[in-house]
Amino acid sequence: MRWRLFTLLTLLVALLFAASLLTGPADIGVTESLRALIDGKGGATVLVMREIRLPRALLGVMVGAGLGLSGAALQGYLRNPLAEPGLIGVSASSALGAVLAIQSGLAATLALALPLAALAGAVLAVLLLLLLSGPRGGTLALILAGIAVSALATALTALVLNLSPNPFAASEIVFWMLGSLADRSMRDVWLALPLMLAGGAALFSLGRGLDALTLGEDAAQSLGIRLPRLRLVMVAGVAAVVGAATAVAGVIGFVGLVVPHLLRPLVGARPSALLPASALGGAAVILAADIAVRLIAPERDLKLGVLTAIVGAPFFLHLIYKTGKEAP
Amino acid sequence: MTLLQVSDLTVIRRARVALEGVSFALGAGECVGLVGANGAGKTTLMRASLGLLAPSRGSSSIAALPPAARARKVAWLPQTREVAWPVSVRELVALGRIPHGRRASASDAAAIDAAIAAMGLNGFEERTATRLSGGEQARVLIARALAQDTPLLLADEPIAGLDPAQQMTTMSLFREFAGKGRTVLCALHDLGLAARYCSRVLVLHKGRLIADGRPETVFDAGILATAFGIRAHFEIGDNGPLFQPLEVL
Amino acid sequence: MSACAEISSAVLALGVALLGAAPAAGAGRSPAVAPPPARVVSINLCTDQLAMMLARPGQLISVSRLAVDPRVSAMVDRARGFRPNQGGAEEIFLMRPDLVLAGSYTTQATVSMLGRLGIRVVRFRPAYSLADIRARILKMGTVLGREKQARALAEDFSRRLQALRVAARQRPRAALYFANGYTLGDKTLAGQILTAAALDNIAADLGFSGGGNLPLEVLVMARPRLVITGTRYPGASRAEAILDHPALGRWRKGGRSDTIADADWVCGTPHVLRAIRGLARVRRAVTGEKP
Repeated sequence: MRWRLFTLLTLLVALLFAASLLTGPADIGVTESLRALIDGKGGATVLVMREIRLPRALLGVMVGAGLGLSGAALQGYLRNPLAEPGLIGVSASSALGAVLAIQSGLAATLALALPLAALAGAVLAVLLLLLLSGPRGGTLALILAGIAVSALATALTALVLNLSPNPFAASEIVFWMLGSLADRSMRDVWLALPLMLAGGAALFSLGRGLDALTLGEDAAQSLGIRLPRLRLVMVAGVAAVVGAATAVAGVIGFVGLVVPHLLRPLVGARPSALLPASALGGAAVILAADIAVRLIAPERDLKLGVLTAIVGAPFFLHLIYKTGKEAP
Repeated sequence: MTLLQVSDLTVIRRARVALEGVSFALGAGECVGLVGANGAGKTTLMRASLGLLAPSRGSSSIAALPPAARARKVAWLPQTREVAWPVSVRELVALGRIPHGRRASASDAAAIDAAIAAMGLNGFEERTATRLSGGEQARVLIARALAQDTPLLLADEPIAGLDPAQQMTTMSLFREFAGKGRTVLCALHDLGLAARYCSRVLVLHKGRLIADGRPETVFDAGILATAFGIRAHFEIGDNGPLFQPLEVL
Repeated sequence: MSACAEISSAVLALGVALLGAAPAAGAGRSPAVAPPPARVVSINLCTDQLAMMLARPGQLISVSRLAVDPRVSAMVDRARGFRPNQGGAEEIFLMRPDLVLAGSYTTQATVSMLGRLGIRVVRFRPAYSLADIRARILKMGTVLGREKQARALAEDFSRRLQALRVAARQRPRAALYFANGYTLGDKTLAGQILTAAALDNIAADLGFSGGGNLPLEVLVMARPRLVITGTRYPGASRAEAILDHPALGRWRKGGRSDTIADADWVCGTPHVLRAIRGLARVRRAVTGEKP
């Protein structure tokens, strides 16, 4: 049953990846575009396929997988279905780190400074949240801490952008708040990839520990799980993945919430099985959302976060309602 | 053979002495009850013995082991019955196999089956653990600890919230467990069940171990008065040991 | 805050044709009846420049702060001789002007406030075509009571523009491409500069008459020989990052070139002639034609 689910999800991601490659304002036929992509003959078509659409589709997979995976990992660790990098301020803090790197000129001198600064922002936020709410610190503490961290990071991001000498910077607050994959290039792919891979590998290694945590911290420790190490790997992994994703695509909320929530029953609620499932699910969701923004309003750079929030916010309310009923 | 050696274990938390100079050893084949009033230090003693809590002084043979080796030596059943996710009963019991390697083996399946059968959970395997009643969930969690298949089991009030029949079944299971050369140390509030099922009882009072021995020696009027502030009747009758609390002193 | 908005509006000045429907309030009063204004304050980059060209000495007392910004102003040196203003009602009122020159996109709140304070405000719509420039020059002359000078300037502009219009053997295809992928069609000043320099505007072929967002892949597929981008600002922005996209970089390597639309392109003044001349030079470099 689980293998069928993983096969289906993989197929879905592959299909959406292909659809993403074939979606765009330039009117290029299916066979023509695929040929240009593969054999590299065809001038402008090759440029469009390899330099514009391919990085966009690749980033869709990477960012989506990263957000889904880190949502599942955070939820598993905190044992709270409402934990999600976007909602609890981790993404917003990454965005602040990225904006600081860009506006200070650091990103221009050292390309890797951009994702690393975003990672640093994410680390700060995760640590602050663990300090304020902690595992089993209760949903309320987590959400309230998240709102505070998020609001502060967003405000500081807006401040930095408003103070920029560049007149366009101020209007980019929207990008950092709602995210977009428009006109990203292979440079962004290479920038995000190393951190994404490292962070992803770290999070995947947590499976057994997260499974054990189903029984609580004491029981997990008695099952041989080194909790301090697990916490460290989790913080580093989430920060690397979310930092890299945010640095290139801005803040995209709710993916890490909705995807694990939908897939949890299908994997028998086991946190270790939910990790790869959420990665695949997240990739599918972001690819689909990115195709949708191009189809709904091709002439405008409709932000990805708009779509994910429209779908995700009702889920969030539903979850709050449910957890409120279970633990008043 | 000694399974657990605790020496001079002392825990001081927030300037309060939670445990002071506790020493005892558990050998193979014992079913040991740990009793004491609320706040006497039962949970603290067990957690410090396991190494989940760093003692201010003293040592525990188990706590000194690396986590993975310790997990194959001792299973721990905390008092808080936490099941964070709606996993199936079988999946939950299977978590007890985590210390025994990554790949699921035939011995894993056998241990899981045995634990499920021991707790009378056949037919419950595919039920969702979070949707069970309190008593059912408690049994599933005990089964999880049994599946860990360790020589030593430490359980913190494992029978709280169970109905009388389930309490007796569980306690006799622990005694049976001890009969097979393993050892159970469980914190209990029910002195009657402790008297009836345990071969040995440890009495904690304000962080100190004030008595350690067979139920008939431990349930002495003086010790009961000190540790619980009660007067009780204890006898070994035709149907085994009988404990009857009489009045609060 | 308003300074920030002014900057963005100046940046967008190249493309405001899209919003051309906004009313030019205040322009309808009959200025000819009154005596020429003696204390004139301009709060818009484009009226700044026209006023500096036409006002008699001492008539213009203040120009907008942007007039001294070399990225958008073609008359920085002249503007340094005037007191700069931030465009706020209070500040302007304290200068006791008898006429305020504003753009049609100047904040409505400021304009109404000045009106309530009894100061006459004349608003100028941006120039959307080369013909508009002539009209704006003449209007500025009327407003300032300098009709004769304005007519001379307009005649000179028309004559020099005519001289620049040469028959070109080739009209290479070009695109205007600014931050956020913004492009301009033929019913814009920048689009007309392109046409006057004997270039074909890709955006016009693609159906843009005013401004709009041109997706990068559509631009690449349209294969322009020349891309004209905007002046780059200090600091960084994602909006401008599109101009560094590798797809454009690869295309640049393929022998095409690009150039920058500078301060001469921003306002409908005779300075656009300089923009046309410069662009024509770039065109000849692309096609290999001799002057």
